Amino acid sequence: MIELDDVCRSYRVGDSEVHAVQHVTFRIGGGEHVAIMGPSGSGKSTLLHILGCLDRPTSGRYRFRDRDVGDLSDEERSHLRQNEIGFVFQFFHLLPRLTAQGNVELPMLFAGVAPGERRQRAADALRAVGLADRAHHRPDQLSGGQRQRVAIARAVVMRPSLLLADEPTGNLDRSSAEEVMTLLEKISGDGRTLIVVTHDPEVAQRARRVIRMSDGRIVEEAE
Amino acid sequence: MRFADVAGFAVGALRGHRLRTSLSVAGVAVGIAAVVALTALGEGARSYVTREFTSLGSNLLIVIPGKVETTGVMPFGGVTHDLTLDDARAVSRRVPGVVRVASIAIGTEAVHWQDRSRSVPVLGVTASYQKIRQLEISGGRFLAPGEGEQGGNQLVLGAKAAHELFRGTNPLGRVVRVGSWRFRVIGVMAPKGRALGFDFDDLVLIPVKTAMQMFNRTSLFRILAEVESSGRLTPAKEGVLRLLEQRHRAEDVTVVTQDAVLSAFSSILGVLTLTLAGLASVSLSVAGVGIMNVMLVAVSERRREIGILKAVGAGNRQVLAAFLAEAVVLSTVGGALGVGLGALAVRIFVAFYPTFPASPPAWSIAAAMAVAVAVGVGFGVWPARCATRLDPVAALTGR
Repeated sequence: MIELDDVCRSYRVGDSEVHAVQHVTFRIGGGEHVAIMGPSGSGKSTLLHILGCLDRPTSGRYRFRDRDVGDLSDEERSHLRQNEIGFVFQFFHLLPRLTAQGNVELPMLFAGVAPGERRQRAADALRAVGLADRAHHRPDQLSGGQRQRVAIARAVVMRPSLLLADEPTGNLDRSSAEEVMTLLEKISGDGRTLIVVTHDPEVAQRARRVIRMSDGRIVEEAE
Repeated sequence: MRFADVAGFAVGALRGHRLRTSLSVAGVAVGIAAVVALTALGEGARSYVTREFTSLGSNLLIVIPGKVETTGVMPFGGVTHDLTLDDARAVSRRVPGVVRVASIAIGTEAVHWQDRSRSVPVLGVTASYQKIRQLEISGGRFLAPGEGEQGGNQLVLGAKAAHELFRGTNPLGRVVRVGSWRFRVIGVMAPKGRALGFDFDDLVLIPVKTAMQMFNRTSLFRILAEVESSGRLTPAKEGVLRLLEQRHRAEDVTVVTQDAVLSAFSSILGVLTLTLAGLASVSLSVAGVGIMNVMLVAVSERRREIGILKAVGAGNRQVLAAFLAEAVVLSTVGGALGVGLGALAVRIFVAFYPTFPASPPAWSIAAAMAVAVAVGVGFGVWPARCATRLDPVAALTGR
């Protein structure tokens, strides 16, 4: 499903060139659960952004479902993000002015789903994450764990084949973190690929495969 | 993405920033209100002048003695023949299309009755002057046909002159003195008010021939000729010129049509309206820069939101549409508000000056709205493009 071939990503900060990702090559099959570990600054988030088509590699090849993503236009990449990829972020990244329901509807808004269907599917997604009764609360009226569950509902509402989570438990207490991870695993259980970036060994342990990164390179791969 | 969703998203975003939204809406509203109010005043001035002219009679030819031209040899601009009552009679009889003709002589003199006196314009006229200037009589009668040319001692008082001199006494049949001449009051005019700055209430009317003798004039001040229809104005004007040229053996009169004067005024006032609209549009473009400012602030304040939108699959075109829609909603709401505000301002103005017929012309309302939307689109494009160019990773990580 995912093939990375000698992918590098560098950018300039002031006068110096930062090599965030260097010569990364790996494959991830459909339905796999992978954790990417490493200290901060090791390039794991940059790698995740490349996988999610938010960022482009400076060199190397990225094939997603047998298509070379490097060849795609901006519009095609946003189409890919819309239909194939769901994001979960450390800081939830919900729109504060929208309710939980509104936030979950957001991807469908841009996909042009009809309002009636949108409402129904968002309600279903919120029920699946156990927040049916919080649908009309705004993010500031929800706890951290609840916000992350709303974010998960938003990430899966378009039924993507790839779920990317960037430190999904980084801002949560132990029990909420446990809850959120269980939910992520449950929701990606039916054939979705789940890639979690974390520096928490406990979170990483839950994955079947762990990729360790340091200084932009893969230093270890473990099953 | 559906149109209604774009609009809904934009409105939602604007409602989320109430203060900023209301300030920029106010900016546009003031600009549009200025356009509407100022063009209303300009148009009002125009229709005011038009009304003043038509109250002075329509389809009028005005014959003025003398001709404005540059002459070379003769030091005093050539010989000017007098404009006489015979000329007036000839115009009335021999120019086709002319319905009635009035001759005018004018001067200022003190009118005395008992111990009161009042210095007023004294207008020597003929009977048809009443019809041509659309004057009404409130008591007694106007000069009868022929009386003006014979030069009797009949006198008609303007409404204000009658009130000032007689103070409630019935002036009809009384004898008044104008200078050293004695007249009998045969009528009092109904109030007419001012037209083009001339007060039709504060004057006296006497036979034109008497006036010429009194003021020692050999020439008439003006001849007014009313023409049957506006279509015959030009040929009648030619006819009058030719006739008088024949009679005077020189082209020594000037004939103007009242419509020519009117249209000159009208085009001057049209330019005035455009100038006012131009001034108002300056304030509108200031409002546009305000919108641009607000939207740029919105883009930089909402970097994270833009990043989120891109992460959940919004394409560049959709982000562009969403931010452009915000600018357009801002300016449209501001425009609608401004039209209301402008109309209100005009109403208040009219409440204070009821004689001034100011009302916003339909074209200015339509133009103001169109400009408002154009301002929204025009000044919204750049910020919206800034939003689409934003790197989603940078926006999300706050880099």
